[in-house]
Amino acid sequence: MKPAAFAYHRPRSLAEALDVLAELGADGKVLAGGQSLVPLMSMRLSSPAALVDVNHVPGLDTVEVDQDTVRVGALARHTRVEHDEAAYAAAPLLRQALQLVAHPTIRNRGTSVGSLVHADPASELPAVLCLLDGHVTLRTADGSRDVAAEHFFRGPMECDLRPGELAVSATFRRPAAGSRTAFVEVARRHGDYAICGVGAVVSPDGAARVALVGVGDGPALVRLTDAEDTGRTRSLVDAAIEPEADIHASADYRRHLAHVLVRRCLDEARAA
Amino acid sequence: MSDVLVEVSFSVNGAPYDLEVPARRLLSDVLRHDLLLTGTHVGCEHGVCGACTVLLDGAPVRACLIFAVSLDGSAITTTEGCRAPDGGMGPVQRAFHECHALQCGFCTPGFVTTVTDYLRHHPAPSREEAREAIAGNLCRCTGYQNIVAAVQRAAELVEGERP
Repeated sequence: MKPAAFAYHRPRSLAEALDVLAELGADGKVLAGGQSLVPLMSMRLSSPAALVDVNHVPGLDTVEVDQDTVRVGALARHTRVEHDEAAYAAAPLLRQALQLVAHPTIRNRGTSVGSLVHADPASELPAVLCLLDGHVTLRTADGSRDVAAEHFFRGPMECDLRPGELAVSATFRRPAAGSRTAFVEVARRHGDYAICGVGAVVSPDGAARVALVGVGDGPALVRLTDAEDTGRTRSLVDAAIEPEADIHASADYRRHLAHVLVRRCLDEARAA
Repeated sequence: MSDVLVEVSFSVNGAPYDLEVPARRLLSDVLRHDLLLTGTHVGCEHGVCGACTVLLDGAPVRACLIFAVSLDGSAITTTEGCRAPDGGMGPVQRAFHECHALQCGFCTPGFVTTVTDYLRHHPAPSREEAREAIAGNLCRCTGYQNIVAAVQRAAELVEGERP
């Protein structure tokens, strides 16, 4: 199928983009990489009245690393973030997760901020934003606000983005010195959406935080004060997830995977 | 809503184009229907099969997942642009021919563009690396063995062409 017709806007500056978005209100949808939006439109699952194409807005294609954070601009493609050495040194979890996002060909066009806003419950980056205490910066013509990861993801394909807002960047906090991280998942084929995926940050003192994807409405964050206590870990994970059955896997199988992958991810992080 | 035409300028295989197309027209359709470059094939049309893969400013992307109007100022290379300077088959195309890496050929254009880019960054891939390189492209005929062989053969041919 082909996408339905829409009004097209190609702003050449951030100010122009924000003005157009303000004017369009709920009718406006931002087009960045389009790797989730375009297929949804082709299948007529989404038919926005107007697209605001930000691909020609200068200044959004950035990866900035400072002492505490990695800040990724709205037009930074997954590939760019994945291969950024300074970002990798600051937060290896970013690359560890991005390598699991679809195939390189998709990552060449898709953006990391777009993936966060898309908020697919099986996608990796929302889990990374949660694990790295991140936030998304939302701009309007009138101002800007930062929304922390824990409040940003509202449900499947739903985030706290209001009409007229543009998600201009995502900021990931560098984990405490000495922390180790990993991201593992099981997918039917490499590059497919995960049936279940798990990311982890293990602190030097042995405490850990894990985030699970594909087993609930959004990333499920679990704090483990003592990651060695397997019985306790099991019950905390069980309480945090709500796996559902689909054509690919039963709810029971997803729950089984969640436990296996939490253990595998923690082992991998500790060995890192 | 009736379609409004939008101006967009980009190059394809080195030739500049100034076009007016509906905003909803996919790059894959612009290439095939407006520019009559039918080398790019459309399989699934939602980004899964890889048949429509083209190079955008040198990097492989799915032509079915991009609106052509987004590409103002870009340089696109299709499988037609992966030929040799003399107009004959380029090294990746020759390798696919030599190794019998195609049967029906529907998926081949996407493999040619993907492999052309891959070999620029990985001049001597192992069998395992070659397999990983083509993991985003589906072929329903060959079983992939000869395609993997062709990736490695193409690496040799590219190497042999280096001055």
